[in-house]
Amino acid sequence: MIDAGFLLGTMRQLLAAVPTTLALFALSVSIGAVIAGLLAWARVGGHPLLDRFARGYIFVFRGSPLLIQMFLIYYGLSQFPAVRHSPAWLVLREPFNCAVISLALCTGGYAAEIFRGGLQAVPHTAIEAARASGMSGLLLFRRIIAPLAARAALPAYSTELVLMVKSTALASLVTVWEVTGVAQRIITHTYRTMEVFLCAAAIYLVLNVALVRLLMLLEWRLSPDLRAPRPLPAA
Amino acid sequence: MTREMPVALAARDIWKSYGTLEVLKGVSLEAHEGDVISVLGASGSGKSTLLRCINMLEVPDRGEVTVDGEPIRLRLHRGRREPADRRQVDRIRAKLGMVFQGFNLWSHLTVLGNVIEGPVHVQRRPRGECIAEAEALLEKVGIAAKRHHYPAHLSGGQQQRAAIARALAMNPKAILFDEPTSALDPELVGEVLRVMRALAEEGRTMLVVTHEIGFARHVSNRLLFMHRGEVAAAGTPEELFGGVAPEQFRQFIAGYHQR
Repeated sequence: MIDAGFLLGTMRQLLAAVPTTLALFALSVSIGAVIAGLLAWARVGGHPLLDRFARGYIFVFRGSPLLIQMFLIYYGLSQFPAVRHSPAWLVLREPFNCAVISLALCTGGYAAEIFRGGLQAVPHTAIEAARASGMSGLLLFRRIIAPLAARAALPAYSTELVLMVKSTALASLVTVWEVTGVAQRIITHTYRTMEVFLCAAAIYLVLNVALVRLLMLLEWRLSPDLRAPRPLPAA
Repeated sequence: MTREMPVALAARDIWKSYGTLEVLKGVSLEAHEGDVISVLGASGSGKSTLLRCINMLEVPDRGEVTVDGEPIRLRLHRGRREPADRRQVDRIRAKLGMVFQGFNLWSHLTVLGNVIEGPVHVQRRPRGECIAEAEALLEKVGIAAKRHHYPAHLSGGQQQRAAIARALAMNPKAILFDEPTSALDPELVGEVLRVMRALAEEGRTMLVVTHEIGFARHVSNRLLFMHRGEVAAAGTPEELFGGVAPEQFRQFIAGYHQR
């Protein structure tokens, strides 16, 4: 029943697609974090127009299916001759780029709200103490607000990152040969749906286990004050 | 005795209101170097607001604050007063230590990290030098053994002493204390007051909003009694406790003694 040779061959082909999956994830999460940072800033900055824009963005990209967003960017935009003849076409004609863009735009909307929550969780007393010592602007943000906000936002952001690893699978539907795409290609040749998808699922599980471990380590590093006091170094 | 010393900070005719609530109605005070001024008064009399107006955590609606001879420049912007020059305010705040009722330590930094934060990042002094000074200060306030602990692992009294060390580390012209013992369990008040008394004795300029009548009477050299947003009485402890004080002050003190 279990065909070890077939499983091994499938695994080998799927593993070859892991770099593509990881690239989709890393690029879209990085770009998405920048988008989210700007949106969160717009949300808490106090400028009514920027706030309204950020709310609108989040409403659209969080409220509509990622798959439809991806289809609109890959299949939809290419309908317009103006797009095909613009310099943007150099980027948009590649399915990989379209997948990264739509993944980034979407996670940007989700992460913006997570970052906003983190920023708003910073106790105003900590900010006041910093101001009273002469800190303001970037220094205040870098030394006090950002570290406290990061710790508050990390648990929710970790979940978002795990979701993003799995969301890269949608890129297969715009012809990107990442793990799920390769799995489907193997199935169309072999009709062995169960084995192939189980192999693919196992790969996503392993990726997410590694990611979650990494994030737990980061959370542990970022919250030393929540752990028991460390013994004093020998005097 | 400190009359001939230069003026460390002065507030002149400070007014502040929130909506229709007038919190400060023309309050003035002057602290010479080495002065320890206690500000007394019932809750809501404007004591804390006065303190917060001095380092511009609240911007006064009217009046002027001068620190170390330098008036803080304010301007009118869209009908509200705000500092004309953020950098000037930052610079002046760095010269004024502040100790809060709720300690307000930075929870993500160790005690030592809290103390060196300002000297290293605001004053941009060499880290090694700051650490050496911070350790001496922590020794002085009696929590050197806790220097690598995080605020959450300290008692309230220890946190407040760490906060005092943090204020001292900036080598301030004056230190503002905003009810520094009001959030402490009664048995922890003494350790903080002892540190404050030691600072007073070494000639630090201090402005202390407090409910500790004993401290006000025996440690400070001047008192300011506030009542409904105005200075109702001012003078030395001897003068005010010696009987020449207005009726409101006597009632206030009597109220304390009846507790």
